[in-house]
Amino acid sequence: MRRFITPPGIRRVTGLVLVTTLALSLVGCSTPSTPATIAPKVSDVILASTTSTQDSGLFDALIPAFEKDNPSFKIKVVAVGSGAALTLGEKKDADVLLVHSPAAETAFVAAGSGTDRKPVMYNDFLLVGPASDPAKTKGTTSAVDAFKKIAAAKATFVSRGDNSGTYTKELSIWASATVDPTKTTDPWYVSTGAAMGVSLGIANEKRGYILVDRATWLTNKDKDPELAVMVEGDKKLFNSYHVILIPGARNIAGGKAFEDWIVGPAGQKVIGEFGVAKYGMQIFVPNAGASS
Amino acid sequence: MHVYTQAIAEAFSLIFSGSGDVWPVIGLSLAVSGTATLIATAIGLPVGYFLGMSRFAGRGSLILLVNTAMGWPPVVIGLFVYMALSRTGPFGDLGLLFTPQAMVVAQVILAAPLVAGVTTAAIASVPRDLRLQLRALGASRLQEAFEVIKESRRGVMAAVIAGFGGIISEVGAVSIVGGNIQGSTRVMTTAIVFNVNRGEFGLAMAWGMVLLGIALVANAALTMLQQAGSVYER
Repeated sequence: MRRFITPPGIRRVTGLVLVTTLALSLVGCSTPSTPATIAPKVSDVILASTTSTQDSGLFDALIPAFEKDNPSFKIKVVAVGSGAALTLGEKKDADVLLVHSPAAETAFVAAGSGTDRKPVMYNDFLLVGPASDPAKTKGTTSAVDAFKKIAAAKATFVSRGDNSGTYTKELSIWASATVDPTKTTDPWYVSTGAAMGVSLGIANEKRGYILVDRATWLTNKDKDPELAVMVEGDKKLFNSYHVILIPGARNIAGGKAFEDWIVGPAGQKVIGEFGVAKYGMQIFVPNAGASS
Repeated sequence: MHVYTQAIAEAFSLIFSGSGDVWPVIGLSLAVSGTATLIATAIGLPVGYFLGMSRFAGRGSLILLVNTAMGWPPVVIGLFVYMALSRTGPFGDLGLLFTPQAMVVAQVILAAPLVAGVTTAAIASVPRDLRLQLRALGASRLQEAFEVIKESRRGVMAAVIAGFGGIISEVGAVSIVGGNIQGSTRVMTTAIVFNVNRGEFGLAMAWGMVLLGIALVANAALTMLQQAGSVYER
């Protein structure tokens, strides 16, 4: 009985057809970029922002609303940590920043790398931890005291360990508690270098304490059943977001348009309404016009 | 096991859901890596041919460089390209940062050494007697090159497949130079990292399955081309 082998001619043709189809799909499916020179009517605005604003889904609400009011601009969000966003601004690879690392931002503006720093919105950080609460932090009103208890009990604490706004806030609380866990070789301090969602997962696995912004907590807490809120409401846990313009950026007009819109009534309205239907509370509280 | 079958099911529903985000991401992955493979072949094939055929002092060192470059880390190349394309860099005024074009550039740098390296090995394994025979029959340099490449076409196709395979699944370079921007520079690999960072592991797994499936189809096409005619060979 002869085995049927596909004749090589047919195989060659099939192969060529498949490859050609794939090659044509390169042309068909690729999203064309719109460089400003070819489509002068719509220009790209690079917004460097933080992972917490993106992961909360805020941009899914903000960007379409902005582009509706400003059809000549298209926002492209590059979401990295606040530290990385500030670096992008320094290198003028971004046109406008939306970040939450106040000390670093002030230094950034003082160095001349940014201008027109304006408050946009705020929410707060929470200290969450394992239900068993080995450091007895639950209900402590002061975040600094809670951190001291954790250090004293050598309870597992998970840190972002990157230059994100969350990490800088965490370091400032440790500084006020006069504890420096970054120098310690004790294994209770776990530095992940990872994003908030991943770090929360690690805290969940290791039954550790972790500082998290309210927006990420709300959207992730169902995935992290071992963790619960331990400390909230302390003024020190205030998390404020600012928008900053970059002098000498590629699209100064676009950056300005975004800043004006987001601190204006339209942008503030979108921020104020965000998440209310789903979570029953504001995820970000708009506060443009407040003193920085 | 349930986790994996669930991921495969989610992968299929991702593709056929008609969700606005999915097909542009897949299309962009194929467009960027496909274009980069084509350009990398245009560069790597002649280099590989030259290295495979010629004998000259320093050939060994050049081959060493190519082989080392085959394994250079994507994220480091991404960083180099970012530095070059950044506004504070030498090519900043081109405005290529955070565009698919920048991603193609980075991936060409990654794939070209792969194509060159494998081609070198393929060409070098062609018997030297064939060259002599071709010259004796009056072949010009170009005809000789054509025949030698035809003779080693299996290896050359393997070089293209290696180039494509290396870049379709890399994430370091495209993340840094592309920025994973929704709607313009998000590809399958950066989408996976994005979902992992948000703790959406199920969705990330589904994307992973999609990526593997697409890579399988693309390689099936290339392999069919490679294996055509094998029935006539011992």
